[in-house]
Amino acid sequence: MNIDDLRRVIVAAAGADETLRLAGDITDTPFEELGYDSLALMECAALVEQEYGVSIPEDELAEARTPGALLALVNGSVAR
Amino acid sequence: MGVTAMGSTVVTGMAVVAPNGVGTERYWKAVLAGESGIGALTRFDATGYPSGLAGQVEDFDPAAHLPSRLLPQTDTSTRLALASADWALLDARVDRSTLRDYDKGTVLANALGGFEFTHREFRKLWAKGPGFVSVYESFAWFYAVNTGQISIRNELRGPGAALVGEQAGGLDALGHARRTVRAGTPLVVAGGVDSALDPWGWAAQLAGGRVSTATDPALAYLPFDKRAAGHVPGEGGAILVLEDQASALARGISRPHGEIAGYAATFDPRPGSGRPPGLRRAAELAITDAGLTPAEVDVVFADGAGVPELDAAEAEAIRGVFGPGGVPVTVPKALTGRLYSGGGPVDVVTALLAIRDGVIPASGASADVPSEYGIDLVRGEPRAAPLGAALVLARGRWGFNAAVVVRAATTDKGDRT
Repeated sequence: MNIDDLRRVIVAAAGADETLRLAGDITDTPFEELGYDSLALMECAALVEQEYGVSIPEDELAEARTPGALLALVNGSVAR
Repeated sequence: MGVTAMGSTVVTGMAVVAPNGVGTERYWKAVLAGESGIGALTRFDATGYPSGLAGQVEDFDPAAHLPSRLLPQTDTSTRLALASADWALLDARVDRSTLRDYDKGTVLANALGGFEFTHREFRKLWAKGPGFVSVYESFAWFYAVNTGQISIRNELRGPGAALVGEQAGGLDALGHARRTVRAGTPLVVAGGVDSALDPWGWAAQLAGGRVSTATDPALAYLPFDKRAAGHVPGEGGAILVLEDQASALARGISRPHGEIAGYAATFDPRPGSGRPPGLRRAAELAITDAGLTPAEVDVVFADGAGVPELDAAEAEAIRGVFGPGGVPVTVPKALTGRLYSGGGPVDVVTALLAIRDGVIPASGASADVPSEYGIDLVRGEPRAAPLGAALVLARGRWGFNAAVVVRAATTDKGDRT
């Protein structure tokens, strides 16, 4: 999974805030600044599981503050 | 102390989203023209259901009115409520910089919750498993969701409440909003919006047993008519901005739409008690609360159940308060269907527009009123009349009664606007 895949999943799961630039380099931008709360991330995690077969434990998800961190979780999980 | 110290609660903003018109003025134009929003239910294939007519809001594109962040987490009813709240706040010239956030509250009624959203998620639950159910189901189904979403979107951090009283709840919301204003929150967004036109929501509505099985849209909902045989359910409602009049004036709103002058709620006695239903008492209490006598009420917006025994009971209540034929009565909701929590607020907006324009709208296609009802139902064409005060009635299933009195607001010079 790459950052563009994640971008697509986020928008599918929780929409996009028109006032924020999801299109730029968002790897290290906190989800909070991008306009996504914990529910939005849970919805993203559910979509990731459905599409990629990767289950992200809730406690680890809660620690992922940025798209980069979430991506590392997903890909790390795939590697395991 | 007394009335002067209490201050008036005025309506400074309002917005309707109804099957016969999206937006206040479009709705009002349709009402005066007698245009109905009732037609074949097309939201899903209703073949095989005993009733197939509904009041659907057709002319509303959620993506055109709401940010995409809100679309995955909202039911149809909440989308209609959020858009209506936007329009009502715009009408009231309120934005995020108006007052402090804690000085703005939110009080909405809801009767049906997020049926369509929940139906879709339940299908996923049964067909695919719990991992496929949207996390937003956690609140999208919920009676308080419209209150919460409107509060969050508009940064209304003052008191919030959600009231459930079936079709009476919308008037209860306006009454509670006025109470909230009087308790010190200068501005409260209030009203109600409902929708449940998915197969599950539709089945739930039909289970109530009062939905018309007629197939001709023009004859399916005829409140107070000899041919009355049930109602047509609709979707939509209205959101109003209620304010302390002095506070509204201080921010430059000198000509509000009108005043919420009186409110009362009663509950019916238990079936078989032999005591009369509570609607008449609610009407009398609301008129008294407004400091008026029945003779000073110029028009009644009736609940208009469209079920003969309920129509007869309401006619008896109106006759009891005003005398036979003592006041013009109208049921413009015959053109929209019954909107549950949205019904009362739409009637209140309609009453304020009627007062503004000096015209009482007609009651859809209702024509042949039994003489024993003893009511002067406005039929066929709108009736021009100078209007100072209007009584709005609503009944909710299982005993809820609510009444609101609205009148033109007084200006700082003491004139009625």
